[in-house]
Amino acid sequence: MTNDIYANRRFVIAALMLSVVLIYIARLINLQLVDQTYQDKADSNAYLRKVQFPARGIIRDRNDKVLVFNKLSYDVMVVPREMNGFDTLEFCRSVNITKKDFIDKVREMRNRVGYSRYTPQLLIAQLDAHDYGVLQEKSFLYPGMYLQKRTLREYNYPNAALLLGSIGEVGRNTLKADTIDHFYVPGDYAGQNGVELTYEKDLRGEKGEEIFLRDAHGRIQGKLEDGLYDKESKPGKDLQLSIDIDLQAYGERLMQNKVGSIAAIDPSTGEILALVSSPTYDPSLLVGRKRSENYDILVNDPLKPLFDRPMMACYPPGSTFKTVNALVLQQEKIISQWTAFPCSEGYHVGSFKVGCHAHFSPLNLIQSIQHSCNAYYCAGFRNMMDNRKYKNISNAFEVWKNHVVSLGFGYKLGADVPNEKRGYIPNSGVYDRIYGEGRWKSLMIVSNSIGQGEILATPLQIANLAATIANRGYYIVPHLVKKIEGREIDSCYLQKKVSTIDSIYFETVVEGMDLVMKNGTGWAARIDSIEVCGKTGTAQNPHGEDHSLFMAFAPKKDPKIAICVVVENSGFGATWAAPIATLMMEKYLKGYIPKRRLYLEERMLNANLLPK
Amino acid sequence: MPSRRINIVKNLDWVTIGIYLFLVIMGWFSIYGAVYNFEEAPFWDLSFRYGKQLVWIGCALVIGAVLLMLDSRLYNMLAYALFAAMLFLLLLTIFVAPEIKGSRSWLVLGPVSIQPAEFAKTATCLALAKFMSEPGYSISRPRHWIMTALIILMPMILIVFQQETGSALVYSCLLLVLYREGMNGIFLFLGFLLVVIFIVSIRFGSVCVIPELPDESYGLLIVMGIALIVQCAFLVIFMRDKKSASILMGASIVLFLIGYIVYKTFGYPVPFTYIGYAAIIGSFVLCLVMRIKERMRGYLLIGLFGLACIGISSMADKAFDSLMPHQQTRIKVTLGMENDPKKAGYNVNQSMIAIGSGGLVGKGFLNGTQTKLKYVPEQDTDFIFCTVGEEHGFIGATLVLGLFLFLLIRLIMLAERQRSLFSRIYGYCVASIFFFHLFINIGMVIGLTPVIGIPLPFFSYGGSSLWGFTILLFIFLRLDASRMEYFG
Repeated sequence: MTNDIYANRRFVIAALMLSVVLIYIARLINLQLVDQTYQDKADSNAYLRKVQFPARGIIRDRNDKVLVFNKLSYDVMVVPREMNGFDTLEFCRSVNITKKDFIDKVREMRNRVGYSRYTPQLLIAQLDAHDYGVLQEKSFLYPGMYLQKRTLREYNYPNAALLLGSIGEVGRNTLKADTIDHFYVPGDYAGQNGVELTYEKDLRGEKGEEIFLRDAHGRIQGKLEDGLYDKESKPGKDLQLSIDIDLQAYGERLMQNKVGSIAAIDPSTGEILALVSSPTYDPSLLVGRKRSENYDILVNDPLKPLFDRPMMACYPPGSTFKTVNALVLQQEKIISQWTAFPCSEGYHVGSFKVGCHAHFSPLNLIQSIQHSCNAYYCAGFRNMMDNRKYKNISNAFEVWKNHVVSLGFGYKLGADVPNEKRGYIPNSGVYDRIYGEGRWKSLMIVSNSIGQGEILATPLQIANLAATIANRGYYIVPHLVKKIEGREIDSCYLQKKVSTIDSIYFETVVEGMDLVMKNGTGWAARIDSIEVCGKTGTAQNPHGEDHSLFMAFAPKKDPKIAICVVVENSGFGATWAAPIATLMMEKYLKGYIPKRRLYLEERMLNANLLPK
Repeated sequence: MPSRRINIVKNLDWVTIGIYLFLVIMGWFSIYGAVYNFEEAPFWDLSFRYGKQLVWIGCALVIGAVLLMLDSRLYNMLAYALFAAMLFLLLLTIFVAPEIKGSRSWLVLGPVSIQPAEFAKTATCLALAKFMSEPGYSISRPRHWIMTALIILMPMILIVFQQETGSALVYSCLLLVLYREGMNGIFLFLGFLLVVIFIVSIRFGSVCVIPELPDESYGLLIVMGIALIVQCAFLVIFMRDKKSASILMGASIVLFLIGYIVYKTFGYPVPFTYIGYAAIIGSFVLCLVMRIKERMRGYLLIGLFGLACIGISSMADKAFDSLMPHQQTRIKVTLGMENDPKKAGYNVNQSMIAIGSGGLVGKGFLNGTQTKLKYVPEQDTDFIFCTVGEEHGFIGATLVLGLFLFLLIRLIMLAERQRSLFSRIYGYCVASIFFFHLFINIGMVIGLTPVIGIPLPFFSYGGSSLWGFTILLFIFLRLDASRMEYFG
């Protein structure tokens, strides 16, 4: 050949071709094997996932009365990029909103976390069946729209709003925390407070999913593998509460026009029978499209109906706390049942004075409870603090504090309601900080003996104290749950928590509390034919009139109910709290209020003790 | 001599025919997968493209068989006539063709429409082979290389006028043939350099060197750097003048270093581009001096090279601006300057998603979601490779690439075994054209080259392109079968 000197150039050309193919194979390795994002992108292209929301679990009371159930509602979902030709005006007319509302809704939708133009986004939540019908009929006018079936809560009783709680759109924090099971997406609903929040995971059920194939023009082309990968939704688990809804409703009526709380516990099981926070509101106010509007009204109410008083309000327990000191002092052998202290209308040391009301003197332990003698406990408490066997007052106070804590004070009890408060029991370090180490004396902290001073307790803790006394020495953590479908309730709600006080010392206190009702401060509120043991209290309140407190349990033998009632700014415990408490107990134990006490019931119902 | 018929069957390269059949069949299945919808029509249904493609394939096989039966000398004899006829047809098309999707490349004859550009390739290859195999042809003689260039450029220009820039670009691959037949490799290098300078000028043409002087762009600076490096290399390779090369490189580096230090220490906005100009002019002066001193013409060319690079770079912008807007965006998307998966980058983005989601073994035949749901536009024509990538995964895509590579290498082997120069040149033409289509088509589908609408041989839907490639290939197979008969 003439120009065969160039024959070797065939290799150059072949090498060029080979290298191009190799580069392309390298690119394919990167696209198909290394980079996994394309798979996701392809899925989000082709799959339209429609969520099927499960029905939420039903909530019943202890007598199987349905408290909370579900009703259907419909959310308007849109896939924004498919909204070409969306008939906005007709849409607004159909769901009764203005064009401005619509624009606001769209803006809100765009600003939501996790917004995407390619996936269904929540435009308008919770349409009722009528609006749904109107929209569905003309759905051809609204490309990119579909209606998502949801369930909303419906309530059979206008009671127990705070303990039941409500559901609302999940917040940013919930979304952020939802890292383990990735259950929520923006726009979902979840329990916001009460048992709806505590038992969210049981109540919510499991979401289902239908996967549709969507072509490049957004048209649905059938289901993926004819529905092979679809998932049915699983309804949430039903919940039975320990609440007696009739008792709860009665309590709320008794507390109407008053600020305060009632906590009633079955001492033998720790089950909460009623948990009244007053003022209260109808739980159905916080359902549906009116939710945020009503929520604003409740938030701005000066009486704070959203404040869960039995769980969160911390009061000085006042004289109800004398029972605690009676127990601790006996256990520490500072006093015995027969120890007597004198009282001269109060406790006097030099110019220091703690007042007391008129009664005979001296009195023994049982009588001191019966008559709620301040001097007795001041003296007893100081005897303990100054006792040589503890070496110094710090040690003595720590011993005292540990006993008190073992009775359920100073820490959260661990009830199944969110936002429970721990109250407050100081330790010796607190006084070291206030007065200086070793520079505080028993007299300076003597108010603790009568439930004033630094200590604070929630109504639930005081009710729990009544339950502990009723059980003669132990309590079970108060709880609202009785049964959960498909699983045991938490074991902590089954175990006894035994206090550091011997059972025998409780008998003395029980006797004293019995006398309170028979011939003491609570006499006026006694119940015929049921032996009630009670203790009045009056918590001094720097902000206004004293709070009226009462704790009790009944019957004396084999107690069925322990209760604490707090009526804020209403004066003596015997005046308001005690009658309300015994009416509650009678209603629970007998089921009715006998004639003799109807006037009392009337008086309680009609009393208006709201701050003027 | 035994009867010619037996001779052909025996001498025919069945391996190539095997690859051809395999690719065509795979192509048909890909088209079926791409067009397949949820309504299940029978595969021969002529209202669907897979049905029609079946007809085109049948015709292609008939055409191939006919071509094999013709006398191989015929192709040599008719080369110029065919070429002239083709040029006329291309010219005619410009005026009579209706506008379809912005181009005038389809001749409509009753129910049939054909794309003459697809057949012009074959005619051009034949004419080129014939001209270059004339006795006494030498590519270095001006009269010859100008004629050679004309043969390539004439159909190119006509096709550009049909608004089919992509098809026109295909002819540039014939440079490979010229290279094989003795064209100085430097031209291939310069062509490559031209593309690089063009890309750099576009890509970095608006990236500021230093914020103080917004008019100075990296584009020109990089081009000048490349020019200086190439000049030094040329000085060493062609002039064996290491001294001048060191002086040039050393001086340029020192100049830029001084500029850099002044800018960093004093913050004075140094006009780096002027330093570049100085270096290039310096190189020109140096070469001029050497030219006079050594009396070697090469020096002058090397000196001019630097100036030419600057000139080309400054013209690149204007050339780019003269492109159609959609062509500009396609280039920008490939260079990563524009990233809008919704608009300009939609095709490529979707095709990369389709291929990327295929994984190792793919989603299975007819199971590609992106394919079935029509996410990739032009999926049965220019973007057909997506279907392979999505439904048959990395394995399928690599297999197709490998088969094409095998075909190309096979064609080169066949070309090299020709005794006739005409056949060899024609063989290289065939290989180059297949290569260019493979390079551009698959490159654009996987996002490495700009979107240039040319089909993937044997895969893309369309009668004209399938027949065009079949004719191109089978003429060569016919020539190859007769390689023992005639001497060219």
